[in-house]
Amino acid sequence: MTTAKRTLYDKIWDDHVVHQADDGTCLLYIDRHLVHEVTSPQAFEGLRMTGRKVRAPEKTIAVPDHNVPTTLDRANAATMTEDSRIQVAALDKNAKDFGINYYPVSDVRQGIVHIVGPEQGWTLPGMTVVCGDSHTATHGAFGALAHGIGTSEVEHVLATQTLIQRKGKNMKVEITGSLRPGVTAKDITLSVIGETGTAGGTGYVIEYCGQAIRELSMEGRMTVCNMAIEGGARAGLIAPDEKTFAYVMGRPHAPKGAKWEAALAYWKTLFTDEGAHFDKVVTIKGEDIAPVVTWGTSPEDVLPITGTVPSPDDFTGGKVEAVKRSLEYMGLTPGQKLTDIKIDTVFIGSCTNGRIEDLRAAAAILKGKKKKDGLRAMVVPGSGLVRAQAEEEGLAQIFIDAGFEWRLAGCSMCLAMNPDQLQPGERCAATSNRNFEGRQGRGGRTHLLSPAMAAAAAITGHLTDVRDVMGETV
Amino acid sequence: MQKFTTLTGIAAPMPLVNIDTDMIIPKQFLKTIQRSGLGKNLFDEMRYTQDGAEIPDFVLNQPAYRKAEILVAGDNFGCGSSREHAPWALLDFGIRCVISTSFADIFFNNCFKNGILPIVMPQEVVDVLMADARKGANARITVDLEGQTVTTSDGQVFGFEVDSHRKHCLINGLDDIGLTLEKAASIDAYEAKAATTRPWA
Repeated sequence: MTTAKRTLYDKIWDDHVVHQADDGTCLLYIDRHLVHEVTSPQAFEGLRMTGRKVRAPEKTIAVPDHNVPTTLDRANAATMTEDSRIQVAALDKNAKDFGINYYPVSDVRQGIVHIVGPEQGWTLPGMTVVCGDSHTATHGAFGALAHGIGTSEVEHVLATQTLIQRKGKNMKVEITGSLRPGVTAKDITLSVIGETGTAGGTGYVIEYCGQAIRELSMEGRMTVCNMAIEGGARAGLIAPDEKTFAYVMGRPHAPKGAKWEAALAYWKTLFTDEGAHFDKVVTIKGEDIAPVVTWGTSPEDVLPITGTVPSPDDFTGGKVEAVKRSLEYMGLTPGQKLTDIKIDTVFIGSCTNGRIEDLRAAAAILKGKKKKDGLRAMVVPGSGLVRAQAEEEGLAQIFIDAGFEWRLAGCSMCLAMNPDQLQPGERCAATSNRNFEGRQGRGGRTHLLSPAMAAAAAITGHLTDVRDVMGETV
Repeated sequence: MQKFTTLTGIAAPMPLVNIDTDMIIPKQFLKTIQRSGLGKNLFDEMRYTQDGAEIPDFVLNQPAYRKAEILVAGDNFGCGSSREHAPWALLDFGIRCVISTSFADIFFNNCFKNGILPIVMPQEVVDVLMADARKGANARITVDLEGQTVTTSDGQVFGFEVDSHRKHCLINGLDDIGLTLEKAASIDAYEAKAATTRPWA
């Protein structure tokens, strides 16, 4: 037994080391392997070519999400392009041939892999979770060490249930105090990236802590961890607490009975020891965080909604050219007020903000109101079960009455690998995670924001301070 | 995996910071179920107009750089999506080495699995290499993985760091899975222990 003070990351790491080489390279055991259709076909093909099996099919969970249309007629194969159909069919076949857990498009539990994993109780505190998808960081909200991997590593995990890893450094991001009204988990995570930059977390695993993090729901914590990767960190973590245990309890794949009691006792040891060492510490006051929005083509290009579009002259080094390019791409002028930016489309959904709480937040703003005429607006629930719950709670009707399209579950317009795409020059207020050039469709212009801010923008037709439309509800 | 020992080739300058994997290979090309054939769509939206015509200004469309094997790039190269299609597209085009001040973790890792060497150099060295790359096709840069050096066209030599395990795999073209399966007994032992300490997992 070691007596050294350890961080949460240290503890999870230590409990998963299978083998450590003299040079420090470790073989790390993987508890859960999530799989989607885009980054897995070459990995399964690799297994076939070498005659290898999936070592732990019971710990491997697959769901198609990226290519899947979200329109109500998607059972009609003609809604998908030929190459999308082939990719989804390949996952259908691979799941069957290799005997892994699978939620096909026709299953009500189908949805975005990072929403389905926690929802079904596959993601548990203290686990190692990987997926061929950078937003695997989402699962860190449970105090699981979760990160994205490439397809070669997907094949490695399928074949060996391990990953070759070197330990990262520890970074603490503390959000002190409470958030002000109208400020959400999305504003926290974007503000942190604004502070550290998109490479600030490179080489680190972030532990988010502080009162404002504790006060978030599990959904909010998932939003925060989801975008750790946009800050450069492969993984973000939040220590599990009573909220975590309450969320997990009773889910289909959560432990039951004596196993639950044993798990709970272990989970309660998953916290950073007082005095443990962090290589980097960032502290932000919760009350200083405003509702924010991105103006450029990098998630670090973030400002409070009360701000103005910056000038390339405000930056130094390589960022000067990057900002010039961003402003041209985004069609924005330095000095322009962010609230004067008119939008064409509102997209509410994605693994960042496609959970029930996100839909509740957007519906609270939209209740009894209409979207601006001529604006395209859609809500895409993160899973079939989120969709069903939103219908039961009456949220779906609020969206429909406000003039939104009410869609089926999938990644949708977050990355435009399916029919939901922006046209060149089309400007979108999006609750997703990346504002990269072309991310939502070639030439598409993305402004990242929270679900409440997206709803506010839908009403006015321009980027809007949600606090101005909250009115008496504050 | 293709071995990487030494490489002497044309280096293309790409000073833009935060080049993300959506830029390297846009999402519409991720619908393949193969690893090969992505080179023609490398940097697609920077390289071609919407109707498929080449954009002459883009560096890899310029005559001097059409056969580039090395990229000298701005900070934080390869950020964003984990898509291994990014290194597959680079490799398929013929790029075997990328040099920058910093790389995103997942991209960096993916390169080594595909016979591509990503090299981290300090800003002042990247500046020298960027200037050398700007000289065009006659200025060839040499990368020696065994000796861990990069040599400019005018003979300046810079050392670089590389993880010893990754270097070994790259020089010998080794498959990670094969190496890990040699440790199957350790994995069996871990699973047996975890079945008692963490039976719910």
